[in-house]
Amino acid sequence: MCSYIVEKAALSGSAKGRGWMKIDTAHVYYDHPFHAPLDHALGIDFINAANGGRERVAIEISAESARELVRAILSALESGEQEHTAAQAASPTIAVAG
Amino acid sequence: MSYQALHGETVPFRGHNDYQSEAYLARPLTPGRVPGVVVIHHMPGWDEWITEVARKFAHHGYAAMAPNLFVRHGPGDPDDVAARARPAGGAYDAEVMGDVAACMAHLRALPNANGKIGVIGFCSGGRHTYLAACTLPGIDAAVDCWGGRVIVDDPKEFSPQRAVAPIQFTSQLACPLLGIFGNDDKNPSPDQVNRTEQELQRHGKNYAFHRYDGAGHSFFDYGRPAFRPEQAADAWQKVFAFFNKYLIAAAAEQSAAA
Repeated sequence: MCSYIVEKAALSGSAKGRGWMKIDTAHVYYDHPFHAPLDHALGIDFINAANGGRERVAIEISAESARELVRAILSALESGEQEHTAAQAASPTIAVAG
Repeated sequence: MSYQALHGETVPFRGHNDYQSEAYLARPLTPGRVPGVVVIHHMPGWDEWITEVARKFAHHGYAAMAPNLFVRHGPGDPDDVAARARPAGGAYDAEVMGDVAACMAHLRALPNANGKIGVIGFCSGGRHTYLAACTLPGIDAAVDCWGGRVIVDDPKEFSPQRAVAPIQFTSQLACPLLGIFGNDDKNPSPDQVNRTEQELQRHGKNYAFHRYDGAGHSFFDYGRPAFRPEQAADAWQKVFAFFNKYLIAAAAEQSAAA
């Protein structure tokens, strides 16, 4: 069905399509895709709303792929943050003489 | 096979509130007068498929005009424009009706127009078609392909862009209506299709509904798993038989009687 339901997420970062651009918002929806050969797809449009939102970096993926992506994002965050926390703890500290 | 030729191009036109709009116009180049058909796109927007539909009509002897209903969301590739239209809630009904009426006038003004005008729409465009057939004067035949929200059961589905349920205007339907539906569709559901039919019967309207087993939403769309070749082929035949009757044969009868 054609829905106009869009979840919006505030972001801080960059995305690369034709070139790199700053992004501040993701529009997330589940509806007919434009390109992917699926009846419905999870679409994400990464945009810079503060700059008018004209340009976007977009994906259209299956529902199963979307859930796998969510799992991978959470897993990467968890393991990555653990690694970086451990690395920070192991790095030598510089004592400053008083 | 007889000589075939058609022309397809983007054309400017003045839409609702005189907005500078654009449409894809496909028309046969073969001799003779032809009817016009306004082709109303679905939510994914003014995409390649909808231009193919317009050319299909031209191939069958119709001048077909498909307006870009998301034109007010700025320039760009149709998918990028649709991506901007979606979070904004899509096109307002008033804009769509104004744009469709303007396309009808454009088609009537073509030098080889036979004076008859049809409207066809898909998905959200099916809903727009039902609304146009009930509220716009001058439509000779209309085809609603799986238009969702003709009946609105959940008030949360109303929005500023779509503030009415077209079913409420059924008494004003002034042209023959063809409906094409898949029985596996959820929007419109088979129950909603049945209730729409009951309303058409209650008002004594000229209509024909065709329901297809094993088909769901958008079963014409060959680029998706929803495509059902047998059902789509049969339904396209019914569309062309319907338009031929009311847009071509009817015009020929009127010319002969004149």
